Amino acid sequence: MNVSTGPAYRPARSVLCRPHAPYPRGFSFIAAAFLLLAAPLPVRAQEGAPEAPAAPSAAPAAPAAPPAAEAAASDPAALKIRILMARELREDRLPPLSLLDIPPPDDGVAGAKLAISDNNTTGRFLKQEFTLDIVQAATPAELVAEVVKRVDEGIAYVVADASAGTLLQLSDALKDKDAVVFNASAPDEALREEQCRVNIKHTAPSRSMLTDALGQYLAWKQWRKWVLVVGPAPEDKLYADAVRRTAKRFGHKIVEERSFAYDPGSRRSDGGFEQIQQQIPSFMQGLPEHDVVVVADEGELFGEYFPYRTWISRPVVGTAGLFATPWHPAIELWGGTQFQNRFKRLAGRTMRSLDYNVWEAVRSVGEAATRKNSADPKVLIPYMRSPEFELAAFKGQKVTYRAWNGQLRQPVVLATAKILVTVSPQPGFLHQTTELDTLGVDQPETKCTAFKK
Amino acid sequence: MTIKRQGLVSALAASLLALTASNAMAFKVFVSNEKENTISVIDSETLAVVHTIKTGNRPRGIILANEGKWVIVCASDDHKMQVFDTSTFEFVKDLPSGPDPELPILHTSGNPLYVSNEDDNLVTVVDIFKGTIITDVPVGVEPEGMGMSPDGKILVNTSETTNMAHFIDAQTFKSIDNILVDNRPRVAEFTADGSQVWVSAEIGGTVTVIETATRKVLGKVTFEIQGITKDAIQPVGVRITKDGKKAFVALGPANRVAVVDVATRKVEKYLLVGQRVWNLGFTPDEKLLFTTNGTSNDVSVIEVAAEKVTKSIKVGRYPWGVVVAP
Repeated sequence: MNVSTGPAYRPARSVLCRPHAPYPRGFSFIAAAFLLLAAPLPVRAQEGAPEAPAAPSAAPAAPAAPPAAEAAASDPAALKIRILMARELREDRLPPLSLLDIPPPDDGVAGAKLAISDNNTTGRFLKQEFTLDIVQAATPAELVAEVVKRVDEGIAYVVADASAGTLLQLSDALKDKDAVVFNASAPDEALREEQCRVNIKHTAPSRSMLTDALGQYLAWKQWRKWVLVVGPAPEDKLYADAVRRTAKRFGHKIVEERSFAYDPGSRRSDGGFEQIQQQIPSFMQGLPEHDVVVVADEGELFGEYFPYRTWISRPVVGTAGLFATPWHPAIELWGGTQFQNRFKRLAGRTMRSLDYNVWEAVRSVGEAATRKNSADPKVLIPYMRSPEFELAAFKGQKVTYRAWNGQLRQPVVLATAKILVTVSPQPGFLHQTTELDTLGVDQPETKCTAFKK
Repeated sequence: MTIKRQGLVSALAASLLALTASNAMAFKVFVSNEKENTISVIDSETLAVVHTIKTGNRPRGIILANEGKWVIVCASDDHKMQVFDTSTFEFVKDLPSGPDPELPILHTSGNPLYVSNEDDNLVTVVDIFKGTIITDVPVGVEPEGMGMSPDGKILVNTSETTNMAHFIDAQTFKSIDNILVDNRPRVAEFTADGSQVWVSAEIGGTVTVIETATRKVLGKVTFEIQGITKDAIQPVGVRITKDGKKAFVALGPANRVAVVDVATRKVEKYLLVGQRVWNLGFTPDEKLLFTTNGTSNDVSVIEVAAEKVTKSIKVGRYPWGVVVAP
């Protein structure tokens, strides 16, 4: 209706990376200065604009950064624990709809920095020193090669901001090494299910955890009849799958599904609302009676166009409107205020979900090192896999890794762009082990077998 | 449901309490209301709110000072402490605190005051009479709990993200020891004889008992409540009777206060109180114990000897800390 079929859709930003708040003025300078410090890379434009293609994977030498010196005064007697952040630069992602949502260049990296600093404050008392190395590359092969090189040099803990496919390549390349990969950004169910790997832990919530969090709240509200609007990207279809599963699980009814084809065209233009104001209501005409509109648009290409523009007055939820997220820059409860403040002082901006997921990963290593008083991956990796491991992560209760697929179980926040609305699991959703396992695929239904040995 | 049950209990206990309370001294109970920027003052005899004091932003930790003439509260978001008169409830003065003060404690001699700066990984030492900062001591990430040994020699500070109890020499401010405890330690409480420190771990769900002299972990108190998941059992406030026999531990969203036998470190009883119970305060005669129930905006009253909850008193929004003045 409203748009022509555009070029093939490009990989979207993960829903977990969605930004929520504007950056303070002067941010780019701070971020740039920081990036120089942390990772003297070949300079790449990162604020939205696609970059020049990186060197082909056959030439793996150049693009990765040398290790960044983190600890100022190194104590020769201290245990040294190096953590590697591996970033897959996905320049083909479209810039977001809103100017407020342009990801900062240090998205995720700032979370790693904060966790390293938190680890070192504790480490000071235990003579442990944590340092952060960063590698980034635009192609999976290049990234995998760089990570393998670092792991062979002795880095055992890798935090990845990468797509599902790259993660699997990374996992397979590290299969026989003493190393663990934390998935901080990919929500894909398959990584926790059919394609699960023993050497991957997931701090990013899975799609089904996010949609279950939403579904529980809508059940609490008795908003049972849903219209599902699905975007054209593969991720949107996966998100829609998760929505359908959630609807079934919690007794909701999807009264109609509509596919929204959309060609984003030029993102920044002097105009646009005039047409959208006509297009969205007409797209939403003639629907059966419904309580909410669930939008599946992980790439944030069109979802934000729906609130206040539907044909009849219905709330929008899903990837736009009320959305599920592991973290939100407006969280104040659970000691969150101090955590947010520490982050702001360090990064000069608010904390995003990717920062939080990375923080959880780096803190997991710190927590394991503290409890075991060791840097040895042969000690720490099995410990993080054991039921004894637990982490305090500003979520009001301990977070732990699911023993059957390495997923971090955690409360999920439902929020609008500005403020927290609620936290799931909702009251009344009970579980024999932990209520957190009412979010996402549970042990009896898992297709992951790799952890059973 | 909680409220209803308490209503019944309090109705039953009202006459009993009237008998016991009439010959007890009336104390003033000061409750800081974190979200309301007030202190509710409760009369311990009538168990009614008799006054409300306006405070600065985000009042949290609250203690007595100047021989009970002052109540000092951390106005965390104003980065200062405020002093009020315990008889007139009038504002006396501000005290410096360093950034984001959370929990203060006085030296046993009455001065100085030590306060944890949750946002700055510091403990600030303040002269309460001169109103000056003496020094600050770097500690772990998100310092919170503060304990002072009865002999005035050792200060114990807990850090919520470092998960340690830091033993600090109260005179030289030098670190004596750092003891790892469970996740998110909130409160450190010495036994009256000074031999032990009890440290609650909110996320870990335990209380670690440390021997003061050797800094050895003597054991841990663990909790189990039928029908409540482990995740909801989150120990915060700890108060130990002067005779060293009973410890009361507030269990946060489990909405219970545990009564623990100090010698065996075993829970004897769980008392149902209001929602998200955090901090506890005895009357000076230890006949009553007051609890701050954050989410239900009330204070539960526990009769210590009977180990019974006898009343709940509505206070301001999100009650946080409590202290009782003679």
